[in-house]
Amino acid sequence: MAFFATSLLGGLAYAMQFNNLYPLSGIEWLSPGRVRMVHTNMAAYGFIANAFIGGMLFAIPRLTRQPILSDRLGWVIFGAWQLFMTLTIGGQLLGYGQGIEWGETPMFVDPLIIVGLVLLVTNLATPILRTQEQGLYVSLWYFLAAFAWTGLVYFMGNYLPQFWVPGTAGAAITGLFIHDLVGLFVTPIGWGLMYFFVPLLLRKPIWSHALSLIGFWGLAFFYPMQGVHHFLYSPIPMYAQYGAVVATIAVEIVVITVIVNFFGTLHGRADAIRGNLAIRWFYTGMIMYALTCFQCAFQVTLTFQKIIHFTDWVVAHAHMVMFGVFGFWIMGLIIELWPRAVGRPWATPQLLTLHYWFTLIGLVLMVIDLTAAGLVQGFSWAALSHWGESVVASMPFWWVRSVAGLLIIAGQGLFFYAMWATARQPSTLATRAAVAVAQRV
Amino acid sequence: MERFGASFLIAGVLTFLLGFVLQGLLPVLTLRKLPIASVAEIAKTIPPEFHQLAEDYPDEFKRYFGEVNPTSFAHALEVGKANYIAEACWHCHSQFVRPVSKEDLRFGPVSQPGEYQNMMNLPHLFGTRRVGPDLIRESGKHSNDWHVAHFYDPRSVAPYSVMPAYPWFFDEQRRPTERGLALVAYVQWLGSWVTQVPATIYNVDALQGGS
Repeated sequence: MAFFATSLLGGLAYAMQFNNLYPLSGIEWLSPGRVRMVHTNMAAYGFIANAFIGGMLFAIPRLTRQPILSDRLGWVIFGAWQLFMTLTIGGQLLGYGQGIEWGETPMFVDPLIIVGLVLLVTNLATPILRTQEQGLYVSLWYFLAAFAWTGLVYFMGNYLPQFWVPGTAGAAITGLFIHDLVGLFVTPIGWGLMYFFVPLLLRKPIWSHALSLIGFWGLAFFYPMQGVHHFLYSPIPMYAQYGAVVATIAVEIVVITVIVNFFGTLHGRADAIRGNLAIRWFYTGMIMYALTCFQCAFQVTLTFQKIIHFTDWVVAHAHMVMFGVFGFWIMGLIIELWPRAVGRPWATPQLLTLHYWFTLIGLVLMVIDLTAAGLVQGFSWAALSHWGESVVASMPFWWVRSVAGLLIIAGQGLFFYAMWATARQPSTLATRAAVAVAQRV
Repeated sequence: MERFGASFLIAGVLTFLLGFVLQGLLPVLTLRKLPIASVAEIAKTIPPEFHQLAEDYPDEFKRYFGEVNPTSFAHALEVGKANYIAEACWHCHSQFVRPVSKEDLRFGPVSQPGEYQNMMNLPHLFGTRRVGPDLIRESGKHSNDWHVAHFYDPRSVAPYSVMPAYPWFFDEQRRPTERGLALVAYVQWLGSWVTQVPATIYNVDALQGGS
């Protein structure tokens, strides 16, 4: 949560730079460029990774009926991961960030993270490998694949372009890394958690197991080949660019299977969207997922790339994916798991609803605003107008972005307060009974 | 367990490797023919701006870099690039010109793979966003003084700019430090290898008024 807050504040500060209102101007280690690295890295590794590990720690023992390898190791990994994140922030603010998107983790932290990942995988994969269950549930397929991918992806992305492969070929590999981080680490774990929690909360099985396997194999096959679509029209050989475009459009088939599957599961239980806040977060995230992926199919085409590449359109897209989909799912997870973790029911359910609407409105506003800004910028450049014109024309959009960001942060403020209020209320027999009832879902 | 083991080997490792080979390794092999220049080799060609820098800031230049020669230029390039990465300049300035959207009219010739085959591009700095203009053809478009003023207060030379100021590239007398000078040298090197046409004629932004 602390890293999530760091990321949010970093994002706000960075957005204010675009209004020439930067609050910390002239302080070397809080320079906007460095703060932006903290913003993106903490969103990915501080917020999403931490929350996903927490979710997997809940899901894996329940799916396998096996304990994790060692609780103590789990706590060691937790402490170590927080230490690595702190080192990452510190290193980036002091000017040791790497020049690789999403991989700005300072070089002295990289080996530590790899060790941490290996330990984490040992701890979490053990129960999956030991399980006596007949057949592995699809969530575990996703988790295992993500374990294998994440280490490979992280190593490839942080070492090859940094030490061995210069120039254009290095760019091809960085492209793979940028995309694989989202595709092979965040997406499979996110969907794995959804495959576990959605049927659990809706109290009915997933609509189609066959579709879920098609989704899995489609992801496994097409996702690793997409990375170069981040550098279309670059000096990277054209066959790689065409390949990436085709693979990206192919993955839409996968997306459709997954979306159909989950909305099939919801069929007949749609009232849960209203009654169960966690389900509401999950399905809002899924609608965003469908939208972003639909957007992907368009924006990877060379026609769209002419205009939107290098613009705020891409920034909007990134926010919709990382926060609108995976951030929203994590909110649902926290709403489901926090009362169990602290052994008390939510103290202020109304605040949670308010938090949902603040976040949703803030995010949708930001995405629409930045998408529009991207079009303005792209067409302004294509029209060969003076560079300054595109910056001046973007100003109103950047203002709206800051306001949207403030709205999101206000929502999270309510959420943090609700969590705190829940944890500190006295645990009485009545509250314990209420939690016990809630846990029967 | 065996059948799962095989499935995950395929799903996890093999599909990753397939993607890596098709999208990562093949480009590496395609580009292998192009030699990779070391920084020392690049630095043998010193652009006029570096000589100019030694004249503009004689005391500072002497203190930080000594004489104008390939060794000092290589040193300036290394320091400049390190600071370019540390300040994450590449978040807002891309470094490649595409063959679309008339970018070649605005920034200069379309980027070719060979231009990036050197150790200054380890890691590459293509970037994915342009808040400010592309920099791969920046060499000679502006004077050293312009860049120094721009780092100290971007809005003094580009009123519309949203770039942050970098006062820590300057000492108490507002003279550029080693970092400041090195960054100017680095930016002025970008595109200096394009020699056929003066880079300035591509600067649409300058032609249309403003800076």
